[in-house]
Amino acid sequence: MKRFLAVAMATVMLLSLSVAAYALSDQNYPINIEDMDYYQRFQGQDVEINVYNWGEYLANDPVDFIDVNAIFEELTGIKVNYTLFASNEELYAKMKAGGTNYDVIVPSDYMIGRMIKEGMLQKLDYSNIPNYKYIGEQYKNTNFDPNNEYSVPIYWGVVGIIYNKTMVDPSEIKGWDILWDKDYAGNILMFSNSRDAFALSLLDLGYSFNTTDEKELREAADHLIEQKPLVQAYVMDEIYDKMEGGEAAIAPYYNGDAVLMMKENKDLDFYMPKDTSMFVDSFCVPATSENREAAEMYINFMCETDVAAANSIFVGYSTPQTEAYKKLDEDLRDNIVAYPDVTGLQSMLTLPEETNTLIDGLWTETIASNSGNSPWLFVLLIVGLLAAAVTIVLVRRAQKRKKNMY
Amino acid sequence: MKTASRLYVWLVYIFLYAPIAVLIFFSFNQAKSRTVFTGFTFDWYRKLMTNDVIISATMNTLFVAIVASSIAVLLGTSAAIGIMALNRKLRALVINVSYLPMMNPDIITGVSLMLLFLFLRMELGFTTLILAHVTFNVPIVIFNVMPKLRQMDKNVYNAALDLGCNPTQAFFKVLLPEIMPGITAGFLMSVTYSIDDFVVSYFTSGSTSQVLSVVIYSMTRLKVSPEINALSTIMFVVVLTILLIVNVNGSKKEKLEVRKIGGGSTL
Repeated sequence: MKRFLAVAMATVMLLSLSVAAYALSDQNYPINIEDMDYYQRFQGQDVEINVYNWGEYLANDPVDFIDVNAIFEELTGIKVNYTLFASNEELYAKMKAGGTNYDVIVPSDYMIGRMIKEGMLQKLDYSNIPNYKYIGEQYKNTNFDPNNEYSVPIYWGVVGIIYNKTMVDPSEIKGWDILWDKDYAGNILMFSNSRDAFALSLLDLGYSFNTTDEKELREAADHLIEQKPLVQAYVMDEIYDKMEGGEAAIAPYYNGDAVLMMKENKDLDFYMPKDTSMFVDSFCVPATSENREAAEMYINFMCETDVAAANSIFVGYSTPQTEAYKKLDEDLRDNIVAYPDVTGLQSMLTLPEETNTLIDGLWTETIASNSGNSPWLFVLLIVGLLAAAVTIVLVRRAQKRKKNMY
Repeated sequence: MKTASRLYVWLVYIFLYAPIAVLIFFSFNQAKSRTVFTGFTFDWYRKLMTNDVIISATMNTLFVAIVASSIAVLLGTSAAIGIMALNRKLRALVINVSYLPMMNPDIITGVSLMLLFLFLRMELGFTTLILAHVTFNVPIVIFNVMPKLRQMDKNVYNAALDLGCNPTQAFFKVLLPEIMPGITAGFLMSVTYSIDDFVVSYFTSGSTSQVLSVVIYSMTRLKVSPEINALSTIMFVVVLTILLIVNVNGSKKEKLEVRKIGGGSTL
């Protein structure tokens, strides 16, 4: 049996080797690099960088499109160790725990603010990132990195409401209150992460989503509990299946995802409330990185016009790189869902530790609210389990004794 | 009655295999959607073969599973033999201690291992990943090998010694072949558990490499790519083929043995 496994393994290994070599020389999306010399500095020095990014966040399809990491490796001779995370909190926890050594990470706005505050990031040398000049002015001097010292944006977007036109009358959607509309009970989806869910609840109550006021947050939690009977499910990416399949009518999510969903299901549309939040995901270099220059080279490469355009096309999220934006198809550029007017929009700010704890606690209460959990139930369960274990032992012993009697 | 029981069995199997069938079905879907089928294609398989992220994660998974299971087999088998040689009280104690890691929720194993590695100032990476997998694989091997040892007639080993084997020879020529099925089962189960594992790997993997389950989880903000469906389909087919081959082989062997015994009795 072991032999079969070994043979299977060897075939897989051979396959992947031959395939990797082929992928490099065959790209279907031409990449023009402005300053080739800039990328030669680390050639032949066996430099490796560890990149920690969101899953599916870079163009990675060498067959029909391009694999940007592979091109970077070929161009610079720097090896990229590419690992993935699913949420800002996961990224933070992994870095805080230690034992890791990342060179490039991609946190979102509020997490960048938090990391700067805690000294987890190092200042970038922007002279090593000449392509930073292409980043649009509206994505610079943000509230999380006011002096442009730590971050280089890669994508941005807004939270809005995705809805199915066959189930919801577009004229009825005037704001976040549609998510609390009893007419759509059982057809509403909701964010499954605490920060985004609370933001919507706060907005609907007319408060700021960056509030630290405990009273407002408690009110928001009650508002979420009020919404709970109407909610079909609290979701992350299942939203794609549910909305595309017509299983739900309304869902809050990011505009980039809405563009992709609307491509699959023509009945879907997107509404952006005027007071919504804007997110910006940016490249940063952790304070622990010893390869800052190579990391900056990687960041600069991702800001190359063609590379940024390719990433934006592949992922579906909007690019802050102005030249790349001009390279996109006209209908995507003019698509107000993909590129909405963001003047005056705020992004989420880093909250103080005690507010974060409060939100997490309230969120847990919200999710568990109507199942009537009490600490006594937990104690009862433990006692029950112990009793069961003891009974089993006693019964067994009695049986044994009976057997031994004969 | 018979039709009812047959129907019941069918229902059970449909329930078990329907998710896999759906997964395989959507690996041939043209669109990236998991609900709307737009047309048949092999594209995702083609793309999978060149997707460096998924392929390298798969290789990492297999590498960690094989290495960790091999180490676990060595440790677990010797541990099982040692445990059997203990007196009753001590044996019961050691068995229960080895059971504990298996009963422990994965999340506790994962977090505590991570804390241990950090305490020892180890950089998280392949080494820690393999060590962690060895930790939860060793009990699996022990509890697969132990029954075989118990079944074995101890006198066979003593007879080998009597007939001139030294202990090493007796171990390799008598004991090992006798418990081999247990070792193989332990190895295969370890490999399965390693490939399955998400929680422990999640906490103990480092900044250079990740295993497949962690990579798939990371795709949930945007969308899990259908390439994963394609990969799962391939894995399912490979496992199915291995099982079929092994079983066909096994039943052939059994038939042969039966015939041999039958032939012997006529003499």
